[in-house]
Amino acid sequence: MLKPNEIAVVGAAETTRLGVIPDMSNIQLHADCALNAMADAGLKPSDIDGIACAGESPTNMAHYLGLTPSWVDGTAVGGCSFMIHVRHAAAAISAGLCKTVLITHGESGKSQIGLNRAPPGRSSLMGQFEMPYGVYGPPSMFTIPVLRMMKETGLTEEHLAMVAVIQREWSSQNPRAMMKDLCTVDDVLNSRMIAWPFRLFMCCLVTDGGGALILTSADRAKDMPQKPVYIRGTGESVETPMISQMADFTRSRAFRVAGPTAFAAAGIKHADVDHLMIYDAFAHLPIYGLEDLGFVGRGEAGDFIKERNTAPGGKLPMNTNGGGLSYTHTGMYGMFALQESIRQMRGTAPAQVKGAKISVCHGVGGMFAASGTIVFTNEK
Amino acid sequence: MSESKRPLPLPTPETKHFWEGTQAGEIRLQRCDDCSKVYFPPRPFCPACASRKVSVFKASGKAKLFSYVIHHRPAPGFTPPYAIAVVELEEGPRMMTNIVNCPQTPEALPLDMALVPHFEKMNDDITLPLFQPAKG
Repeated sequence: MLKPNEIAVVGAAETTRLGVIPDMSNIQLHADCALNAMADAGLKPSDIDGIACAGESPTNMAHYLGLTPSWVDGTAVGGCSFMIHVRHAAAAISAGLCKTVLITHGESGKSQIGLNRAPPGRSSLMGQFEMPYGVYGPPSMFTIPVLRMMKETGLTEEHLAMVAVIQREWSSQNPRAMMKDLCTVDDVLNSRMIAWPFRLFMCCLVTDGGGALILTSADRAKDMPQKPVYIRGTGESVETPMISQMADFTRSRAFRVAGPTAFAAAGIKHADVDHLMIYDAFAHLPIYGLEDLGFVGRGEAGDFIKERNTAPGGKLPMNTNGGGLSYTHTGMYGMFALQESIRQMRGTAPAQVKGAKISVCHGVGGMFAASGTIVFTNEK
Repeated sequence: MSESKRPLPLPTPETKHFWEGTQAGEIRLQRCDDCSKVYFPPRPFCPACASRKVSVFKASGKAKLFSYVIHHRPAPGFTPPYAIAVVELEEGPRMMTNIVNCPQTPEALPLDMALVPHFEKMNDDITLPLFQPAKG
């Protein structure tokens, strides 16, 4: 069984640019950050013997980058695919299937250059039982459970707005963030209506960019140029491809499997966590994440955020890059949450949490369809 | 709302009974003959116990409004704002739908309001199960 801290992240980088990159195709965004991550780790393509990616196939990326892998993983379950790649790669390295794994994400989400994305077919379950009713992109689907959550737990529109307000406080410290201007609850509530009760500022950005990670054994990491960031615990799950069939509209089953699995594997308690990333495609996701991962009780996450516990200076700094709402969101944002956890553990984040030793990085895929959780530490 | 460009389902052998049902003015669900689980969407086995012994039956049509958004952006076949809703059928399963014959406003769409089906014929092959507020 995979033991805590036996595998480390030794390379981590984003694309050279983030935001609007009309001069690069989807696969080149993967490659740009992969080259940056190899440079970060001091490795060449011939040093990489494992490849995992989503949005492009591992075949595409191995060929494009000139790799000859003996281990591949094309798990593609949406934006948390990369958390799951980290988990699978760590297990594979531990089992001796490969030594050094490259994980890539690139997405021309804004410019739509060279995308190979197909909509669900008319015969798929989504095509038959959701698409006919006017769902059109994540803002029209991911948001559907929230009115139920509000009725059952007392969550309010102001709570949702506060998620966006506080993440701007974080992004205002980050030169690479797309949205850096501070905003108020009124600004959020007065921004353009997208899918009631969701306004524009409660929805993620749509950008171009990418990120890549390189993992190897902790033993090999000792001789590498970067401070190793160890994988202490991991978890993953899936629930349903259809938001309408989510078993409980106020809880994510995938979150409630992936999160506790990672905490148990890491042998940590919530009080041990110094830094937290919860994938925020929309403002309600950190609310569900805080509750489903057990940081707060049911119905308490809204007030927990409003009382500034996750804000700069708070006891549980969360989404410190500004998140998908304010930093960047290419479509499969999970890689950027992982990059911020690595920066925080290396001590190189623009809004660095002083002395942070444990970072939890929690991702979602699809519309509450999938989840992956990684517990990182910089202490072996 | 304009219906012409709305994406329409393409039934499969496993879902044919459901779409034949809507053409006959019925919502057809499935029940496991072994464990009695009622489930949706259609499949020829029980997702609770994996039994292949399942039966199709006519649901009452009684439903309540479980959750929704009011979409304010254009989508093919729809004129915003329009509600995209999930309803909970009396028998337990939930399904996505639209709420018609009702203003598309938060005030007119309180959660848990009682609903009944409104079968909307799209063409000779497809009739969609929409819902509307129950009278009284």
